[in-house]
Amino acid sequence: MFDPYKIREDFPILKRKINNHQLIYFDNAATSPKPRQVIEAVKEFYEKYNANVHRAVHTLSLEATELYENAHKEVAKFIDAKDMEEIIFVRGTTEAINFVAYSWGLRNLSREDEVIVSLMEHHSNIVPWEILSKIRGFKVKYADVNADGTLNYEALEKAISQKTKIVSVTHVSNVTGAINNVKRVVKAAHEHGALVLVDGAQSVPHIPVDVKDLDVDFLAFSGHKMLAPTGIGVLYGKRELLEKMEPFHGGGEMIHEVSFNPATGRCLISWNDLPWKFEAGTPNISGGIGLMAAIKYLKKLGMENVKAHECTLTEYALKRMEECEKVTVYGPGDASSRCGIIPFNIEGFNSHDVALFLDSYGIMIRSGFHCAQPLHQKLGLSSSARASFYIYNTKEEIDQFIEALKEIERSL
Amino acid sequence: MSVNVEDYIARIEEACGAEKDFIVLFKYDKKDEAMAKILKKANVEKGVAGIVFDLTFKGFSFRLYGTGKAIFKKIKDKEELHRVLADLLL
Repeated sequence: MFDPYKIREDFPILKRKINNHQLIYFDNAATSPKPRQVIEAVKEFYEKYNANVHRAVHTLSLEATELYENAHKEVAKFIDAKDMEEIIFVRGTTEAINFVAYSWGLRNLSREDEVIVSLMEHHSNIVPWEILSKIRGFKVKYADVNADGTLNYEALEKAISQKTKIVSVTHVSNVTGAINNVKRVVKAAHEHGALVLVDGAQSVPHIPVDVKDLDVDFLAFSGHKMLAPTGIGVLYGKRELLEKMEPFHGGGEMIHEVSFNPATGRCLISWNDLPWKFEAGTPNISGGIGLMAAIKYLKKLGMENVKAHECTLTEYALKRMEECEKVTVYGPGDASSRCGIIPFNIEGFNSHDVALFLDSYGIMIRSGFHCAQPLHQKLGLSSSARASFYIYNTKEEIDQFIEALKEIERSL
Repeated sequence: MSVNVEDYIARIEEACGAEKDFIVLFKYDKKDEAMAKILKKANVEKGVAGIVFDLTFKGFSFRLYGTGKAIFKKIKDKEELHRVLADLLL
């Protein structure tokens, strides 16, 4: 049974008091706290298995390598990839998107081509494409969003043409929590021979994600938003695409051979097998092992249960926020079409004021643009406050949050 | 020994958003002293149970939080903020 009160016991940080109040952590869209199981897994690696992977033949190295490879296998199973060859460990979603932009885009995009993103993207799914377009000369097109912050599918479908080489969209908006119909996007893109990269930073931690079912070509996500340590993330890619791609980074481990040819004065290089061809240098071994522990924890809870719990909390919070006369909530009105992210503003207060006021009550939320300035511009917002939930949050915490919002209203 | 603004300030954040606000975080062990100095010099327009104070000072408006944080609005840049803080704290 899914019990958030029992889950809370696994998270040491939730026992903290902030400004003499019990911590209420509603900034989960930014990063999640870590359970003891993840902290212990990382600690155990350093205490018992610390060694470099894929290099030495000594016992420690073999044990560390097995753990690190198992982490790839665990991720593959979690998102239903064919096998671990399709799983590349990176620093996070940002690096994963840059990876595709440079490793695939640099060699496959030219002046006549178009890349489509949407106005609801996090800056990490805008900036890499804009940077690369200056090098390769292709056009970046922005699919529009509706007034409630949802993706305008008609506009997106209309924008896709034979010139489109890749459509790069988020699965779940980090501002409104709106869940995009990725299957519809994939269908439209594939009909025109375009690839699809999905930013799964806000979906993989919160809802079941199956790459085979979605038929996405690439999926990027971060470990730190799903209970794992910072500095570890994942790029999933279809094997046939990854095999054709050149490495993003060069260095040790990602090669089979680097042989010097005296006749040419150059080195001949051949790449390692997937996924190691894309993991140059010593990887974040402990981070990968922490990610494996986080996934095991989430799998035990069940991703359908995680989704249902967040939906219940979101529905409850949206309903209770209606009691606050000066509060305006953005995003889809239907809780089932969004993840547990609620952006809002309070008349007379800017978002940073709201965040600082709530901080006085030990309630942690985010304020500002949330790295999604174009969406704020589109919605006509100078900034927004954002509450976001996860597995350990409770209705009682939402009640305290509502009381604090009412206190802000009274202070006006 | 001379006292300067940095003795009181842990960090200054230029907040993201269309409004160019500056958030000032006072050093934990100096926050009470800093707040007392600010409340003595600035005009308190409104106060809510020691949690937040709406203040004005030399034409600038700002909010001071009991947690030792302040948010300054309509400040041109960090240099201007530094001048205002120096006037308030020194």
